[in-house]
Amino acid sequence: MSVNGSRVVSVGHYQPEKILTNEDLSKIVDTTDEWIVSRVGIKERRIAAEDEKVADMAIRAARQALENSGYGPGDIDMVVVATVSAKDICPNTACRVAEALGLDVPAAIDVNTACSGFEYALAQADMAIRLGSAKRAIVIGAEKLTAVTDWEDRTSCVLFGDGAGAVVVEGTDDPALAISPVVWGSEPSMSDVIRIEEDVPFIKQAGQTVFRWATTQLAPLIEKVAERADVKISELAAFVPHQANLRIIQGIAKRLDFSDDCIVAEDIVYSGNTSAASVPLALSKLVQSGKVASGAPILLFGFGGGLTYAGQVIRCP
Amino acid sequence: MALSREEITEGLSDILEEVAGVNPDDVAEGKSFTDDLDVDSLAMVEVVVAAEEKFGVKIPDDEVANLKTVGDAVSYIAKG
Repeated sequence: MSVNGSRVVSVGHYQPEKILTNEDLSKIVDTTDEWIVSRVGIKERRIAAEDEKVADMAIRAARQALENSGYGPGDIDMVVVATVSAKDICPNTACRVAEALGLDVPAAIDVNTACSGFEYALAQADMAIRLGSAKRAIVIGAEKLTAVTDWEDRTSCVLFGDGAGAVVVEGTDDPALAISPVVWGSEPSMSDVIRIEEDVPFIKQAGQTVFRWATTQLAPLIEKVAERADVKISELAAFVPHQANLRIIQGIAKRLDFSDDCIVAEDIVYSGNTSAASVPLALSKLVQSGKVASGAPILLFGFGGGLTYAGQVIRCP
Repeated sequence: MALSREEITEGLSDILEEVAGVNPDDVAEGKSFTDDLDVDSLAMVEVVVAAEEKFGVKIPDDEVANLKTVGDAVSYIAKG
């Protein structure tokens, strides 16, 4: 049976224990705390253990989201994982999550649209639930970017971290709680701007080009996300963009008409850029902080490699 | 009427003050953005974007790397 929409029921996240500070980085490459903080706004990031895989982090975040939902493994019939850094291709990460959580026979999909992956994944779960192809989904963003980081490149290795975030989503007929229709797309002419490719298996990006695109082209797309949700930017309780670089986040925020009470997520300061994990990670921390009222609108927006982008408005669980 | 070099420098000085907190007294054609005015690579993008709006010119990313000094930027903008 189909329903009119889906809603976010609960959140969860996981970050590895090991903290890598700017001070630690200054011992590996030619950099300083002052240089990193002023350029990208990051103070520290979490680093996965050598033998800790993307799936391990995805499982921990998913388990927490499932526990917080009050549902059991038998209640979930879809798993969608957004990741750009999983080294294991088959089984995909979603199947590993399904196995570890003891799910029944869920649809299990990995999505790769780099840093916008979580929003694409959430849109797929939303559509599957609307169509009646799934009843209740776990949507996860999980990354081990430190495994695709060039530790000799001082301009990029200061940026990245590891972690995972997850949400449980289920059907609803209440439009006031429903996830809004996704606004998504890509910029094919800019496909070479951010790369992790076979010849150079590390994240390589044209920083200035990405910065210009993000700070000048995204604000109108974010306004479109709000418009499709029938919510004014000034009515948002929180804005959780991909945590790419604090100056990008602030550059985008400057162009949007948020109210003074709107919380703009800046989890990047303590987590670094975790690609598809950054939005669910920041969202989970925000929801768990209790600073956003249940039912209040939160705008999610992912953007990055591809270049790709996607966003939607959810209601705080 | 085309702007004079002085007028462009003055316009750039306003932009530099606003986006990068540069003291207008420090801005002169011979000054290097990075070495003298402490404008980092991302702030340079913000300066360029603001300059495009203010002067109605296009400054592609490939060109930004060639704009080492305030004078370089003035010349590029004056060319239209």
